[in-house]
Amino acid sequence: MKAMLTIEDLHVSVDGQPILKGLNLTVAAGEIHAIMGPNGSGKSTLAQVLAGKEDYEITSGRVTYRDQNLLDMLPEERARAGLFLAFQYPVEIPGVNNAYLLKAAVNAKRAARGEPLVDAFEFMQLVKERMAQVEISQEFLHRSVNEGFSGGEKKRNEILQMLMLEPELAVLDETDSGLDVDALRIVAGGVNSLRHPDRSMIVVTHYQRLLELIVPDRVHVLANGQIVKSGDKELARELDERGYDWVRTELAATPT
Amino acid sequence: MATESQDLADIVQRKYAHGFVTDIEQDTVAPGLNEDVIRFISAKKGEPEFLTQWRLKAYRHWLTMRAPDWAHLNIAPIDYQAISYYAAPKNADDAPKSLDEVDPKLLETYEKLGIPLHERARLAGVAVDAVFDSVSVATTFKTKLAEAGVIFCSFSEAVQNHPELIKKYLGTVVPVRDNYFAALNSAVFTDGSFVYIPKGVRCPMELSTYFRINAANTGQFERTLIIADEGSHVSYLEGCTAPMRDENQLHAAVVELVALDNAEIKYSTVQNWYPGDEEGRGGIYNFVTKRGDCRGVRSKISWTQVETGSAITWKYPSCVLRGKDSVGEFYSVALTNNYQQADTGTKMIHIGENSRSTIISKGISAGHGQNAYRGLVRIMPTAAGARNYTQCDSLLLGDQCGAHTFPYIESRRPDARVEHEATTSKISEDQLFYCRQRGLTEEDAVNMIVNGFCKEVFKELPMEFAVEAQNLMNVSLEGAVG
Repeated sequence: MKAMLTIEDLHVSVDGQPILKGLNLTVAAGEIHAIMGPNGSGKSTLAQVLAGKEDYEITSGRVTYRDQNLLDMLPEERARAGLFLAFQYPVEIPGVNNAYLLKAAVNAKRAARGEPLVDAFEFMQLVKERMAQVEISQEFLHRSVNEGFSGGEKKRNEILQMLMLEPELAVLDETDSGLDVDALRIVAGGVNSLRHPDRSMIVVTHYQRLLELIVPDRVHVLANGQIVKSGDKELARELDERGYDWVRTELAATPT
Repeated sequence: MATESQDLADIVQRKYAHGFVTDIEQDTVAPGLNEDVIRFISAKKGEPEFLTQWRLKAYRHWLTMRAPDWAHLNIAPIDYQAISYYAAPKNADDAPKSLDEVDPKLLETYEKLGIPLHERARLAGVAVDAVFDSVSVATTFKTKLAEAGVIFCSFSEAVQNHPELIKKYLGTVVPVRDNYFAALNSAVFTDGSFVYIPKGVRCPMELSTYFRINAANTGQFERTLIIADEGSHVSYLEGCTAPMRDENQLHAAVVELVALDNAEIKYSTVQNWYPGDEEGRGGIYNFVTKRGDCRGVRSKISWTQVETGSAITWKYPSCVLRGKDSVGEFYSVALTNNYQQADTGTKMIHIGENSRSTIISKGISAGHGQNAYRGLVRIMPTAAGARNYTQCDSLLLGDQCGAHTFPYIESRRPDARVEHEATTSKISEDQLFYCRQRGLTEEDAVNMIVNGFCKEVFKELPMEFAVEAQNLMNVSLEGAVG
């Protein structure tokens, strides 16, 4: 199977403090991978590094995304190449309306691929359809990006952007945190609708409940900056029942 | 008229006798300022005696004044004797009657600057009075305006054709003694625009003037006078661009607006004069006095400005709210990048009962830019029930720039309602990263956020001007990030 993303021996520090310590991960096209792990294990760091946030120092390792050296690319180049990050904490941008950002984002990607730009009519049709899908009312289009949105609205807005951009690789950073059952169902519905043999997803989460709705092909446990255990969807259930301590204990028992 | 012309000719002749070097046939006067130069300008323009005397009175007063130093600006001393006070374009005598007759070179320059003049005039239905250097070279849509009874012409033409209106209104809003630069302008102004909207007339089109500064070393002293008679309405657009140049140039314009009973004037400006280079060399000094007088009941004057150009901007478009229920508005975006400095704001003088004013000011500082908002809201004892709302927001890009706010509130009425809100914000790294993650470049992200910040002001601009303003912001912010 063709690899979408290959991470080899990735070491990342923040302010001189190592966070990721030799992380390896391969995601094939069409697969959904879940990354689970306790707080502070480096889950969000991984998501941010993949998207190209500059505050992180990559001390060694390689990341290959669709045959390209991802770490050499600017954040916007990664986005245009089809990498999407659904933020854990989507930022508010006062004065910039949601529709404007969405259209600019869609067109940035289209322009980069030599595709015709979306016109106002086509855009409105598309966006209305997608908004209905994530149950966001149309007035949100004319509100400032994330400004005054509730936590759940912000997360649904991230999913709306994802649906509009149709990324090749989507990284969802704790998209489930702070969502009630209904919102969770909506978000999962949006994600599942994008499932495609040419599209991969990395779902970063704390909890197994999201993985009941977005069923992953692989589940990885990230602890202390490394992937310490991988398995199928059953691993998520096991983690939910037995907690992360179980993994830690198991690790301690098997010296590397 | 004949004798007047003769007098003027005599005056001019006398100058020669005094060894005054400038030939009346010459298109440019030698640098320097004295009474002879003022008489030369006045004679060159064939002005009536009252105007010559008015200029001289202003000049004599100017000599007793000092340049203001209270603004938050660092201004290199200006040598007023090094400035040439008059320059006419070539072929001034056979000035074109329509755009077709305009020097194609000039039109080409407009094109380069992104101002498709004839296109704009033809398609947008905008009448254009283009001031190239100091003399009008193109006036269009005269007929249509004439049908409505609207007078829209160069100031010089108005002096010739409507001296009674000039005499009645000139200097009644901005007196010659008002301030240093207004006094200088009154003494040496060369041309500008004149608008008169008769009683009950809604001006059938937006009136637009594009100013350009072209000849080197020529100070520009435009004079604009707009009178909206009872129950009339006019929207006036002023836009400016200037080519690259090295030395500082002084620009000291005066704009006077008069709104009578139930009249409304909307005055919009997009100012994009040469701001100097990245090191702060060169650039225009823009020291402008703009004031509107809401003279009648329910009169309204609205200023909208987008200031992205000039090395130094010193400008406070103001409203004197004399009439009962009169309304004053000020919407401003001022951007300073590199080493630009701006000290701008407004004055709202509430005299009439129930007069209301709104001030929305958006200051953007980037590079080493310094941006000051200076605003005065004064409620006079006669202004029962006066209200003001002021909102003053600053946006900083980078950590080398500055934003300053100087709001002055003087209320002499206990029942006055004066509200002031101010914010200062920065574009955060997180906002930029978020936008970049959606595929926008850093520059596009900054432009988008800045334009969002300015939205409240841009929406006050006429549509095609709003688009232009947005493009201008993007161009002006080039190199502000990264």
